[in-house]
Amino acid sequence: MAKIKGAVVVDVERCKGCNLCVVACPLDVLELQPREVNNRGYHFAYMKNHEKCIGCQSCALVCPDGCISVYRIQEN
Amino acid sequence: MKPEDIISKGECVYKKPSLLTDANMHYCPGCSHGVVHKLIAEVIEEMGMEDKAVGVSPVGCAVFAYNYIDVDWVQAAHGRAPSVATALKRLNPENLVFTYQGDGDLAAIGTCETIHAANRGENIAIIFINNAIYGMTGGQMAPTTLLGMKTATTPYGRRVDLNGHPLVMAPLMAQLDGTCYVTRQSVHTPGAVRKAKAAIRKAFENSMAGKGTSMVEIVSTCNSGWKLTPAQANEWMVEHMFKKYPLGDLKNE
Repeated sequence: MAKIKGAVVVDVERCKGCNLCVVACPLDVLELQPREVNNRGYHFAYMKNHEKCIGCQSCALVCPDGCISVYRIQEN
Repeated sequence: MKPEDIISKGECVYKKPSLLTDANMHYCPGCSHGVVHKLIAEVIEEMGMEDKAVGVSPVGCAVFAYNYIDVDWVQAAHGRAPSVATALKRLNPENLVFTYQGDGDLAAIGTCETIHAANRGENIAIIFINNAIYGMTGGQMAPTTLLGMKTATTPYGRRVDLNGHPLVMAPLMAQLDGTCYVTRQSVHTPGAVRKAKAAIRKAFENSMAGKGTSMVEIVSTCNSGWKLTPAQANEWMVEHMFKKYPLGDLKNE
């Protein structure tokens, strides 16, 4: 069966670290940076478990600042 | 497969709509305004109305909406957005005219303008952000504040004898003959975001078809005003706000 793989790109400087994408992700892919911050001082989101991502767009849909782009590929 | 490979070889299935500018939004982290701005930009883009859309921004947190959505905007006096939109739509019927108002703008100072514009059946779309609080001025009580809800001006909770009942706008609007579409949506989950987008699209299409006034109420969070984290604010909204403001279509003609 073909497997769908996904990946997200977070616009780090736009992210405000609101955590809504982390809560919305059904597969526990995203997390806020525990220590690192962006230029505005926010703990931005990043892919903690990138291998789990299926590109479902849940994180991108609930992101209030539109910082998340989602990419998807079919793996044979 | 590495994320870099997926990004270079894969298909981009979601990105920020190009109508949303690169300016950093001044809204607090997790504010529902950002999601609704994004949905409006997506809908205008999908309808191909980039050159024809005119928004009327309110007084409130969304006063700077013109910095974020790259269409034409008019900034109306407090509460007067439906009146300004009436003139815009009557003089330029080929334009897509929508207002974007909060509960302080639409349900407090602008109640008269809103109800009369809807009663006249002006062909405008009204996007109503209901977060049950005055967000911009520091979390004071709004007409839509729930009973018992603590705000800066009701520190012991809203009381009926002192502050009256919460004003529920959508049923008021739905009973007017001039409205064609009144719905209440939210943007707290991916599913709700998709539904809200469909509702905004329908409201915009009604406006262009000349069917009458459409109102899309978005039950929203104000996590700064409510003194909660964005995720907790969403839970609080589901638990308390949806009882008084249940989601769904109230009128769809």
